[in-house]
Amino acid sequence: MSTAKSLPTWDVLSKHGVFPEANNEEISRLNFLTHLNVHLSANILPGVKTAYEKTVLPAYIKETGKEPTTRHEIRKAMLDNPYFQMWSGLRRNTMEMRQQAGRSQVLRQIENLVERVEAYNKDASTLQLNDAITIPPNVGMVDIHCQPGCYYEEYFENDVTVAASYDLGLFVTTAGLLGALSDGGGKAITHWLSKDHPDFKPKRILDIGCTVGHNAVPLAQAFPDAEVIAIDVARPSLRYAHARAKSLGVNNITFVQANAEDLSQYEDESFDFITTSMFWHETSHESMPKIFKTINRLLKKGGLTINLEQPQYTNMGLYEQFIRDWDTYFNNEPYWGPMHELDLKKVLNESGFNGESMFEVGVVSLIDEKIFGKREAGDSGEDYGRAPVWNAFGLWK
Amino acid sequence: MTDINKIDLAGTKAKGNRPYFLNDKQTEQVMSITMAVAMELSVAKERIATLECLLEEKGILTRAEVENYKPDAAEVAARSITTQEYLARILRILQQDKEEQLSEDDPSMEFAQQELTKV
Repeated sequence: MSTAKSLPTWDVLSKHGVFPEANNEEISRLNFLTHLNVHLSANILPGVKTAYEKTVLPAYIKETGKEPTTRHEIRKAMLDNPYFQMWSGLRRNTMEMRQQAGRSQVLRQIENLVERVEAYNKDASTLQLNDAITIPPNVGMVDIHCQPGCYYEEYFENDVTVAASYDLGLFVTTAGLLGALSDGGGKAITHWLSKDHPDFKPKRILDIGCTVGHNAVPLAQAFPDAEVIAIDVARPSLRYAHARAKSLGVNNITFVQANAEDLSQYEDESFDFITTSMFWHETSHESMPKIFKTINRLLKKGGLTINLEQPQYTNMGLYEQFIRDWDTYFNNEPYWGPMHELDLKKVLNESGFNGESMFEVGVVSLIDEKIFGKREAGDSGEDYGRAPVWNAFGLWK
Repeated sequence: MTDINKIDLAGTKAKGNRPYFLNDKQTEQVMSITMAVAMELSVAKERIATLECLLEEKGILTRAEVENYKPDAAEVAARSITTQEYLARILRILQQDKEEQLSEDDPSMEFAQQELTKV
């Protein structure tokens, strides 16, 4: 029998200059949701696998005379299983509760938040919004991961609601594993570089799909002499990201409203490091090669692109594929599955890169041990899609 | 500046069909409501625990005084607003179902995937 282990409180997050304030009830709510996510993943999700192995799979074989050959066959068979139904219903609902909690907390103080953001952003040349940028279909089709308003909706002038709610809620689905500034992704990249490529000192860095800039900031901090350009199509996110970075004393990032499919304002081979973090599964078959072509055009010879992503489904067991694919259908991530079954080398080849030079590496999202303490190996069930170890793929041009 | 209904906006629905998993939609909505109530109970219990700690530490109140408390008019009004926010929170699922029924372009994931995988 294992003893219960306490989780960190949301209140240990670092409060940067535009971070929403939280009263005690809001903290209790976010902590409840964090515990609920962990409970669903550690205590309920294993029962879904049992239901599959003991009930659904034998019935499937009995009915069809064969084992399922795709994750879709498993999903369709599981949809009628009561345990899968309950877990899915609870998980979906928890996502929605987290959104409501974050939004209500942000909205009750939104006037003050906007003022704080504007104080940092006033007359800044490092925030470049562009009215001509429209929301592409891959961002606007549905509200990604059940986030009402996605990253881009503005409820009034200079709004930052969706960005602030996104920032404060990252903790809830990861139980703090991303660190006190939810910047574990960016830190994982810089940690890997300092360990494996200590001589790589990029002078100009591009971060694509930066949202609130939580992964661009560690890049800018690791390379203080570099110029970092962080782009996104979403205005509220860029406003918030810029103010957030400024409040953390980071001044070498320019946040630009731009669509990565067309970055014609930047010259060929003008960046030596191009990054994305959990970006590609929110694109589309149409935009993905276009963006890779842009990356290929912008990257200097000898430059590096590295992309944090969930692992591809290739060589993955069907059950794990099916569980990871839950987000595709049930958490408003429609491109998650199609992206993860792509042959990335082929996509890279078609975008002008030499796909054979692609490498994959597991980068560790460093746990902020001063605050969260050390997590003992093997002390909880795997939460597919939210583990602190991230798959990365990339190549040197 | 902000001519918006904050209670409504906090609980608004994400664009995209809402999947239901249980055999009966209303049952799942009741589950959703129950979980929200469970959260609020957890919040309330923590609040009460805080108060009890402080009261005990400071030796300010007795339990009888808490039992006999009668809120004044301003306090009654404030509690009404709090209750409205509370109800909107726990009945969010029905607000979102209403929004989904009213919306005219709420794509299914299958449709979105079809669109997003066009070459």
